[in-house]
Amino acid sequence: MTTKVINTGAVGLKKKKGFFRTLGSQYQLMIMSVPMLLYVLLFNYAPMWGWVIAFQEYKPELGLLNSKWVGWDNFKFLFSKQDFLLSIRNTFAMSLINLVFGTVAAILLAILLNEVRNKAFKRTVQTVTYLPHFLSMVIVVGMAQNIFASNGAANDLLVGLGLVKEPVFFLGKGEYFWWLVGAINVWKEVGWGTIIYIAAMTSIDPSLYEAAAIDGAGRFQRILHVTLPGIKSTFMVLLIMNIGHLMEAGFEIQYLMRNGMVQKYSDTIDIMSLLYSFGARPQYGRGVAAGMFKSIVGIILLFGANKIAKVMDEETLI
Amino acid sequence: MTAITVKKKGKRRDVVFPIVNTIILILIMFTTLYPVINTVAYSLNEGMDALRGGIGLWPRVFSTEAYESLLRDPAIYKAFGISVSKAVLTTLLNLFFTSMLAYALSRKEYVLRGFITVVLVLTMYINAGLIPNYLLVGKVLGLRNSYWVYIIPTMFSCFNMIVIRTYIGGLPDALVESGKIDGAGDIRCFFQIILPLCLPVLATVALFVAVGAWNSWFDTYLYNGSKKDLYSLQYLLKMKLATTQNQSNAAATSADALAQTSKVAPVTVRAAITVVSAVPILVVYPFLQKYFVTGMALGSVKG
Repeated sequence: MTTKVINTGAVGLKKKKGFFRTLGSQYQLMIMSVPMLLYVLLFNYAPMWGWVIAFQEYKPELGLLNSKWVGWDNFKFLFSKQDFLLSIRNTFAMSLINLVFGTVAAILLAILLNEVRNKAFKRTVQTVTYLPHFLSMVIVVGMAQNIFASNGAANDLLVGLGLVKEPVFFLGKGEYFWWLVGAINVWKEVGWGTIIYIAAMTSIDPSLYEAAAIDGAGRFQRILHVTLPGIKSTFMVLLIMNIGHLMEAGFEIQYLMRNGMVQKYSDTIDIMSLLYSFGARPQYGRGVAAGMFKSIVGIILLFGANKIAKVMDEETLI
Repeated sequence: MTAITVKKKGKRRDVVFPIVNTIILILIMFTTLYPVINTVAYSLNEGMDALRGGIGLWPRVFSTEAYESLLRDPAIYKAFGISVSKAVLTTLLNLFFTSMLAYALSRKEYVLRGFITVVLVLTMYINAGLIPNYLLVGKVLGLRNSYWVYIIPTMFSCFNMIVIRTYIGGLPDALVESGKIDGAGDIRCFFQIILPLCLPVLATVALFVAVGAWNSWFDTYLYNGSKKDLYSLQYLLKMKLATTQNQSNAAATSADALAQTSKVAPVTVRAAITVVSAVPILVVYPFLQKYFVTGMALGSVKG
């Protein structure tokens, strides 16, 4: 190693010699990091070669090199199919619902918690609301299917309160599916979502509250004019990050909850990709094309969001 | 006059708001806990009686037969063992590699720091997708029908690396400097100086990784669906969920036939497996709350 470094140095540029010599002296840091770099290249970057399958009529027995090339046929097929177009709509609809309701619910709960003076009570609420975050989606969907069944607790409540006469068929009506997913996601993640907002709220200068109180601001005015502006930057950062993830509507929840009656509303791009690839007649090419479409839109959204973030920063700087 | 009414109004609000707030928060806690307690109640109810539904927070006819039937099922022990071992092994390996990398990338003098960081952070946003990953892990690396498919692809996570790196970045630099002066290399500095100080953040990350490993079922479905020996507890639960739905449909038409085939109604068994597969994590997380709250706040802000 060292000899090689000296050789390059003797032949070449001064700058390069500096770089490699420093690198050589940092061999311990390299031992600690380069194996994981290779690991990530293998598990996260190497599979991208698989994207060529999107342009093939891929047969596993023929492999990547010998399968027939079909150009854009797989993409043309997908975009001529109504169920794929519906899956794009479903993906966006559910991730938007999750984003909007997840964020609003987390901020509201964080504000309520921030107003609690009793430390033990506050901690109890937090511990309880973190709980569903740690449950697996299999468990959560199982519970949801009990609660929203026609003889489940949700219908008992609605009928008991006289809001509906007949039990609502929550699980079998496509129109309800997005909102059910949204509600379950809020239930599961609202407590977890408060962590970051509460952290932002605790960093607000208490003298701001005192000053507002002296100026005669009531509790709601203090929330409106001190608390909310205090979490604005956290909110913006998270919003921008989430725009980059708008193609991620989740996969497990839809996969576990879908049934024949709701699939027009339940099937996301991920599920279509899975169905094409592992169906009765596997069409890997179409499955990969669907996944690739999703990834590329995701990358565009990410860079778009980054751009917005930059513009916003300039504005806030001015 | 006006001053007095304003004062009164303000005072009244200060009494009313905390009460309303407490009531709202108690309702939120109730909504959060209801499905969980309801599941426990079903799991402790007598099987045939549970089929009638309508059980709330307390079993109607108490019975432990669902748990007894679980204890007689060897598949449960097997799946429990797989889930525990994969959670433990994944957590240990992931912590080791992730924290080591986090240390290396926290050293500002490291010349590859920028490059490696960019390569890693991009993986949080760019994903080759389900099928290419499946082909790599299942076909190229040949991990189908193998226990190692649970371990090998899950040894690193970028988000956790950032959480640990941020924590290390908050430690005084003089610690490593003094180690270096005493002649220790980076590897020794990491294991002997930094790692022992990282215990709080490692507890956080260990919880995240262990929960992820414990709760995963899709890996079993994708790679080990035909290997009953390698089923994880969550996958077993998922299978039971699908089959019991069919069975309870059948039960609606002929409850007698069901009573003959199995004395324990699947509703209660399903609830019992749910409880068994949730309890290990629910027992642990409250003790780590202090750590993961700060860990989450750190990672999200700097990430």
